[in-house]
Amino acid sequence: MIELNSKIPEGSIDKKWSNFKSTCKLVSPANKTKLDIIVVGTGLAGASAAAALGELGYNVKVFCYQDSPRRAHSIAAQGGINAAKNYQNDGDSIYRLFLDTLKGGDFRSREANVYRLAEISGQIIDHCVAQGIPFARDYAGYLDNRSFGGAQVSRTFYARGQTGQQLLLGAYASLNRQIKEGKVTLYTRRDVLNIVIVNGRARGIIARNLVTGEIERYSAHAVVLATGGYGNVFYLSTNAKGSNATVIWQAYKKGAFFANPCFTQIHPTCIPVHGDYQSKLTLMSESLRNDGRIWVPKKLEDAKKLQRGEITANQIPDEDRDYYLERRYPAFGNLVPRDIASRAAKERCDAGYGVNNTGLAVFLDFSDAIKKHGKEVIEKKYGNLFQMYEKITNQNPYETPMMIYPAVHYTMGGLWVDYHLMTTIPGLFAIGECNFSDHGANRLGASALMQGLADGYFILPYTIGNYLADMVKEPRIDTKTQEFDQAASEVEQRIEKLMSVNGHEPVDYFHKKLGKIMWDNVGMSRNEKGLIDAVKIIKEIKEEFWKNVKIPGKTNEYNAELEKAGRVADFIELGELIAIDALHRKESCGGHFREESQTEDGEAKRNDEEFAYVAAWEFKGDDKEPVLHKENLIFNEVKLVQRNYK
Amino acid sequence: MNFTLKIWRQANPTDKGRFETYYIENISPDASFLEMLDILNDKLIREGKDPVAFDHDCREGICGCCGLYINGRPHGPDEDVTTCQLHMRKFKDGDTIVIEPWRAAAFPVIKDLIVDRSAFDKILQEGGYISVNVGSAPDANSIPIPPEVAEEAFDAAACIGCGACVAACKNSSAMLFVAAKVSHLALLPQGRIEAAKRVKAMIAKMDELGFGSCTNTGACEAECPKNISIAHIARLNREFLSAKLKE
Repeated sequence: MIELNSKIPEGSIDKKWSNFKSTCKLVSPANKTKLDIIVVGTGLAGASAAAALGELGYNVKVFCYQDSPRRAHSIAAQGGINAAKNYQNDGDSIYRLFLDTLKGGDFRSREANVYRLAEISGQIIDHCVAQGIPFARDYAGYLDNRSFGGAQVSRTFYARGQTGQQLLLGAYASLNRQIKEGKVTLYTRRDVLNIVIVNGRARGIIARNLVTGEIERYSAHAVVLATGGYGNVFYLSTNAKGSNATVIWQAYKKGAFFANPCFTQIHPTCIPVHGDYQSKLTLMSESLRNDGRIWVPKKLEDAKKLQRGEITANQIPDEDRDYYLERRYPAFGNLVPRDIASRAAKERCDAGYGVNNTGLAVFLDFSDAIKKHGKEVIEKKYGNLFQMYEKITNQNPYETPMMIYPAVHYTMGGLWVDYHLMTTIPGLFAIGECNFSDHGANRLGASALMQGLADGYFILPYTIGNYLADMVKEPRIDTKTQEFDQAASEVEQRIEKLMSVNGHEPVDYFHKKLGKIMWDNVGMSRNEKGLIDAVKIIKEIKEEFWKNVKIPGKTNEYNAELEKAGRVADFIELGELIAIDALHRKESCGGHFREESQTEDGEAKRNDEEFAYVAAWEFKGDDKEPVLHKENLIFNEVKLVQRNYK
Repeated sequence: MNFTLKIWRQANPTDKGRFETYYIENISPDASFLEMLDILNDKLIREGKDPVAFDHDCREGICGCCGLYINGRPHGPDEDVTTCQLHMRKFKDGDTIVIEPWRAAAFPVIKDLIVDRSAFDKILQEGGYISVNVGSAPDANSIPIPPEVAEEAFDAAACIGCGACVAACKNSSAMLFVAAKVSHLALLPQGRIEAAKRVKAMIAKMDELGFGSCTNTGACEAECPKNISIAHIARLNREFLSAKLKE
């Protein structure tokens, strides 16, 4: 059994990162120019890493599947980015951000990683302001903050409801500067489909040019994956249509362990599903919960009338409304963490209190906030979100409450990485959402942007240097070697195999089928029987896919269906691993809720004696069961307690 | 709802291209425009035909990937939305809908409705940034910025790079796109230092890449899904003039 070494530095928690930085190996400026790094993905993590590595003098090749790096899905993040600046003088500190994040993750993340994240958070804001990011400011011109779920301080920096867009455009701008300097080479419209390993180290990739269909080879001294989350396993999610898990899944098959795949986040405030042709779900920022109050009717007969369209929300008097989050969690109210808010909505809807025709929606009501602050204030804070809501639903949220329901949003699981953000394959790094590292079993709002930029701007540039210091004497390698031939031929054979099925159903048919079983049995609430069934059904979907998928067109041209087919083939396999992981973790924690493990009042019940570990899965072969490795989580700073937001 | 679709089909950049007509039935008014195209493509695939290629990704109006020229308007008949945010309820049952790619010399067609917008990236690579290295920034609150200035910078920075402004312009000018970035950075104290160099470099690149010149018709502003004002073009012109005068 491989020993998982998390490589956490010595010293007290507040000294670990500075100890690492003071003692890690360095690469001299002259040697940096001899080293090449491949970065896959141009979201916050990928773009910031590529830019920062270019600034240091490395030669960087950066890849994205979109037509421009600016389109990566970080662009869609709305609410904000956390930082322990304590500009509001409300009691925030690095330590408190660390504690909130660790507790929010239900004590399933590494203390040292989370502390480092909190420690770096302030520098991120400094850098972003220097890049020209137009954060919200108060009347005197100083930076404004708002509060977010799971915290009792205001530490979230924001740029209207488009914080992710502004931060990504900042990272993209820094990337553009390095492209101009000649330190970064950009490859757009490329699907990276395989990792090339030479003498046990990641030394290159195989990519498909999405315009010409050509299979291309690229070599480097290290490979960085920054490809985002795998929420699209569920078909309907808030992810972009192209967001995929192909590279991390191929890395898993090449020996990188996959950690905590069952830790998926269902976001509480999304626009409800409205039809079977629907292609994606739209998030309404969690920041709306600062002013919106969530409710369903108290009386079942009112709910039935709403479902039949006989009455509207405004006809139900206040005394007949059940503000269930305020009722159940008086200390945090509407600002409980996402996993708790999502389950509470499901609980009410399952009990029959849903408020739309599908019975799968609750109200998010701004009428009190509008009365208190005036429409103008609400419009200034959330105008673009309200407009987006109205465009999609044709309803005006200033006049009638929004309807929301939980949807798949973020994946805390991902490739296992050590403190250096390196996977179990030497030279292969994973940063941002595609690694498993910092959010445990549940991510707090406004922490994804923080992690992506911390990894890319401030952590990887140090840790990759520590690795590359030993690679200085390794010459560049040719892409005509046997290892590259082998990896390219694997890609070609798979494409050939996909095209030769020539069945009857388009790719989406299988993706929707997979999504349905994932949502029903591996979604917000999971039990043993449902998970066993899911594993079986997913295997059947896989078999049917390879017998009956229909892909039109040719391989040597632009072919969107071929792209999708490869991604869905990987989602199917990853879906099975998610179910296997969820089945093995017989406890509830964060976003992973096992019905067998709950408290008397229906809250998630952890089992720290048996499950206080990271579950890292090793691939053993296509027809073999994956093998579980455990990284025990050791808590020196905090005492493990049942989360309490009451 | 039922529709007749006239869609531009072009196999590759060198193909001449032509319109083809498709009929589509039973579309929900709540379906988005791209979901309607998904349904069409599902049908085409099942019939053994080549599906219509179009760019799309986030499907919530922020990534800037999608962009179709619908009945003679970039992003179609609704106001302040991208194509992915357009819903079929904005059309009438039985309508004929003409769908084309962006038409501009600087945006060559790749396939069907997909165009190559890498010219936008190339313009930004010339100077659409503040040259700050990671690690050298002062404390974020060390330079207060009046909120109205930050807000105006934001209005410009909200550009999603979709290219609707170029598609709307009879000269295929990229002035609104370039002005949005020049204006965003010129307004902020951090961006002032490089302002003159930036505006000259970006304008030179824009001209080199074959975008047309601006004749102030305002079509770009009218069709911009993010409501970016041509006041930013005026600022760009002032910045450019003062940069040239300093030479």
